[in-house]
Amino acid sequence: MYNTTELCSVMSGHSSPAAILYKCTTRTAFISQLVKKRQPWFLLPGNFQRLLSRVLKLVLSSESLYQLFNIPAFTTAMTSSTNVSCFHEARRVAIFGGTHGNEMSGVTLVNLWIQNGKEIHRKGVETKPFITNPRAVEKCTRYVDTDLNRAFTTENLSAPSGDDLPYEVQRAQQINEIFGPKGSPEAYDVIFDLHNTTSNMGCTLILESSKDHFNLQMMHYIKKAIAPDSCPVLLTEHPLLKYSTSRSVAKHPIGLEVGPQPQGVLRSNIFESMRVVLKHALDFIELFNEGLEFPPCTVDVFRVSEKMDYPRDTNGNIIAMVHPNLQDCDWEPLNPGDPMFQTFDGTTLRYEGAGTVYPTFINEAAYYEKQQAFVTTRRETLAAGAIKKT
Amino acid sequence: MEGREVMLPTVSRVALCGGTHGNELSGVYLVRERLKRKRKVEEDHISVVTVMSNPRAVQQCRRYTETDLNRCFTHATLSGPVTDKTPYEIVRSQELNTLLGPKGSPEAMDLVCDLHNTTANMGLCLIAYSDCDWISLHIYRYLQRQMSDIPVRFIHFDLPLNEAYSLDSVGKHGFAIEIGPQAHGVVRSNILSTMQEGVQHMLEWVHLFNSGTQFEGGKVDVYTMVKNVDYPRDFETHGITAAIHPQLQDRDFCLLRPNDPVFQTFSGETLKYKGTEPLYPFFINECAYYEKGIALSLARQRSVGIPSIRSEREGEQGKRESSADEMEEEEKIQGEMEGEGYQKLIEYGEESDSLNGQHN
Repeated sequence: MYNTTELCSVMSGHSSPAAILYKCTTRTAFISQLVKKRQPWFLLPGNFQRLLSRVLKLVLSSESLYQLFNIPAFTTAMTSSTNVSCFHEARRVAIFGGTHGNEMSGVTLVNLWIQNGKEIHRKGVETKPFITNPRAVEKCTRYVDTDLNRAFTTENLSAPSGDDLPYEVQRAQQINEIFGPKGSPEAYDVIFDLHNTTSNMGCTLILESSKDHFNLQMMHYIKKAIAPDSCPVLLTEHPLLKYSTSRSVAKHPIGLEVGPQPQGVLRSNIFESMRVVLKHALDFIELFNEGLEFPPCTVDVFRVSEKMDYPRDTNGNIIAMVHPNLQDCDWEPLNPGDPMFQTFDGTTLRYEGAGTVYPTFINEAAYYEKQQAFVTTRRETLAAGAIKKT
Repeated sequence: MEGREVMLPTVSRVALCGGTHGNELSGVYLVRERLKRKRKVEEDHISVVTVMSNPRAVQQCRRYTETDLNRCFTHATLSGPVTDKTPYEIVRSQELNTLLGPKGSPEAMDLVCDLHNTTANMGLCLIAYSDCDWISLHIYRYLQRQMSDIPVRFIHFDLPLNEAYSLDSVGKHGFAIEIGPQAHGVVRSNILSTMQEGVQHMLEWVHLFNSGTQFEGGKVDVYTMVKNVDYPRDFETHGITAAIHPQLQDRDFCLLRPNDPVFQTFSGETLKYKGTEPLYPFFINECAYYEKGIALSLARQRSVGIPSIRSEREGEQGKRESSADEMEEEEKIQGEMEGEGYQKLIEYGEESDSLNGQHN
């Protein structure tokens, strides 16, 4: 018995029933095509024919299947497939902007959608645009007292509330109340958190858990939708390097990090890229909620490995800068021996790791104070099982 | 103009300032490195004072703490009273005026060079208030000829001295060196190298000038600021409703013609340049200017003739740029000097070692 993945590859390889299904616009046309063409697959083993007859039954009984023709990847609503993870409908979705008040794409998009939410409206989904750090936005600064995107620790969220707490901790508690509580069944289903970076990271999606199949499927969908443009996925799952983000309040947190863009600046192209990625993400949610089953897939990710600080003197002052060969080379391989830093008098310092890594967040302005010149990652392929709504 | 040689006083006291905006890091790092070396640079002809202009803002990596330091050098602000409530930057501007000025007096530094970065794609620009300060214009031409990797331009803001608001106006001669694009809060190695190179060439020029080198006259291109253009804004909230158009972004100093795209609204509409005169845009999408209501600035380009110049020798102190009346006298003296073989160009190679030791 073929499973769903095999069926897809067999079908697309022979470009027979899949392609025909794709092209036909009426049920009768589909049947007559099958009969007329006398495709070789009619001669395939009986179990395949049985499978096909179930497809036909489904076709003849379900209109919604034809709506599939509009999506880029071929899928089948085979209810007989095993290993499908079922998730509740993603009813409540939030879009966070201004978690860092000077990262302008998110601030601008969210303010736009607060005024007019038509663009982010999807059938059956409540999409809530929200400015997470309004005081920082007003001052066009990253944060007022402390970094909001590090403030969602258990300790902070469970601390007794009070005006003496740093502004961002108070804010984290408020956000947890509205969109959480974090870790509970009442929490929002999905939160998109919009960020910019001074690093040349393009449109990066940030994934917090390698086991979140819903998110993996979404990212797979987004990557296919924006191809040939690329959309690297950064996996921040790491015992030490993972941090407590504002989006972590939701069941399915997704970070969008788009760069390069200076803090406090709004660049049209960066703004539009972020907008397009979000559009595809919301499309995915809508399709999912309508009952579409997404077959198993794999997603190439970059898993964070190590934080690399600037070389410093005994007083803690930076004594070297990111080397010109490394500057702007996010996601490109850094091999042992490659230039990494350049001291102010021109000496080259080289990468001395054991193997090839893929650096990112290279020369992010906000990370100077966090002792990070860049972070190394390793490539990994994650597998996501089939998913559909319960 | 070009046939005449102008004698000017030596540029013996130079101030190099960084961190006037605390998050423009090339200047901050350059000044820090120079201060670390702790050598007061004295040459036969030149002394360089290195200054971190706004240490508090540098420490916080912000443009300023209370008000923009680089707008605090008008005569009005410099002579205003200081109380407990006076913003830090105004107190500091008066301190700097005491240290490097007083502005407009004979005690002021001969040359103040203030180091800046911009998020705009401007290459290297010298920014000054005068288009007839021959020292600044000759330095500009020298930098243009020495630096081939990056475009070098001169921007002129036409303001009288008492209205000139920036730090460089404190010296007898002064300009800002503005290099971009670089995000604020970031130091890019290529941009820092460019700034180091620019400063080095500038000090080379000063050394050569002070040593008696004659610099030939000629013509240079200058961009004179005409006007600023703000973002389209929402009437009620005053928030911006459009971004710089993708076809204008990063195209500083590319001629902007009537009907060329300038902004793209968030709903995708293109807003076009409505002016009648083609002008040169610069400071396109400079981060710090959103709050000042500037999306881009526009300039006219023109060619400016500069005379040949030479520093006054000893015994000639007090002579200033000639008026027509004094020209005859000056030519006579010059003729005598040439006759004696007095005027010669110093071989640059011999002098370069000591200069290289000063800075990286």
